[in-house]
Amino acid sequence: MIQFTFTTAGLMLAVMALTTYAIRVTPMAIFHRKLENRWFKDFMFYIPFCVLAAMTFPDVIYSTKSLSSGIVATVVALIMSWRKRDLLTVAIGAVAAAVLVEYLKMVAF
Amino acid sequence: MHKFFHYFCKLKNGSPKTMEPPVGEVHSNIKKAQIQRPSRRKATLRAMKWRRDKFNRRLRQQVNDLLIVRRLPRLLKSRKRSEAQEPPKSDYVRGLLLGKSIGLGYVPVSFTFGLVAVQMGFDPWVAVFISLTNLASAGQFAGIRMIAGGAPAIELAMTTLVVNIRYFLMSLSLTQKIDTKLPTWKRCIMAFGVTDEIFALAAMEKEDVSFPFFGGLMTCPIVGWTLGTVLGAFAAELMPPLVQACMGIALYCMFIAIIVPPSRSNKKIFYSILIASALSCMFKYVPVINQISQNGGGWSLIISAVAAAALCATFFKTDEMAEESERKEVAR
Repeated sequence: MIQFTFTTAGLMLAVMALTTYAIRVTPMAIFHRKLENRWFKDFMFYIPFCVLAAMTFPDVIYSTKSLSSGIVATVVALIMSWRKRDLLTVAIGAVAAAVLVEYLKMVAF
Repeated sequence: MHKFFHYFCKLKNGSPKTMEPPVGEVHSNIKKAQIQRPSRRKATLRAMKWRRDKFNRRLRQQVNDLLIVRRLPRLLKSRKRSEAQEPPKSDYVRGLLLGKSIGLGYVPVSFTFGLVAVQMGFDPWVAVFISLTNLASAGQFAGIRMIAGGAPAIELAMTTLVVNIRYFLMSLSLTQKIDTKLPTWKRCIMAFGVTDEIFALAAMEKEDVSFPFFGGLMTCPIVGWTLGTVLGAFAAELMPPLVQACMGIALYCMFIAIIVPPSRSNKKIFYSILIASALSCMFKYVPVINQISQNGGGWSLIISAVAAAALCATFFKTDEMAEESERKEVAR
């Protein structure tokens, strides 16, 4: 079952850790003044939302056991977050919805 | 009527002997005299009563001291008082207390990370190592997905770069809030703790962020993140399999809970999310271009996110920028 250990995935782990750290440390160590480019600032403003949205949207419906529970849980999460619920509450609510759908399917069929 | 008036006047002037004027006895002249000059017997009675009360009070206190439950509120009160009298807390302790809630909030998400990593075939200690060295929620999930999909190292590095590029912005913003004379090695330590939530709290500080404060702020989240991964990686078998299968959505819920609330009030953010989602779906479903997104979908994520952000930056200027440009025009 275990395919990825320190020996088999060591290089990848190092690449991941170093890249993540390099991103954070570069501005800290180098920049001492504010960037002025307007387009770049706008770009940086939108990047977090775009990255998270692109990561979430096709994949979220496949993240549970089956497509139907994934869609139901996604809708529940969207509604709960639209109502500005807490991060933890949204997660628990969506997982509960997915488990409920799976359980109902198991009982019904 | 005049008797009552008399009585009230006496109450107001209040000679010390009329401390406990018995209301029912006012109408009698004799009793009135007694109130003004209480008899010796009354004084002794009062003294006896006082002694009895004192004894009762002591007894009650001793009983209370024996019952620890009764003593708790008093103990808490005294502790609070001593805290208030303490000198102002050091920066490190202040940061530690602020970061406590973030650390708690991280536990369920990193629990999911440990769970997912072990399910994907990672050694539990590898999962813990990833959590400890990366401290990046989305980046870690994307990373293990890429590794499990067998992507080459360069693609992994590019994906990590794009997913975590927001930390670049946060670090950059944080450099404006730290002392310019702070040595580089301290800056390097601080850089490790730049995450969405820690940055948000540090950015809310009114004065400059000091090194001990930031160190305290990042302590609890690091501990919580690592601890959650340990729990998720080792205690995954204790969860029912049905719940385990559905836990994968917890991460996406975190993303949704981060991006949806600001998009309610800001239409531009809403459009950027729609564009990015549409592009991402296109790379998943359109027959020819979905060839790009094999091996965990790193390139499709990079392309759709960067393209969406570039489109938005070109066509939807943010309010802050608009204000700035207006100000510049006025200055001209």
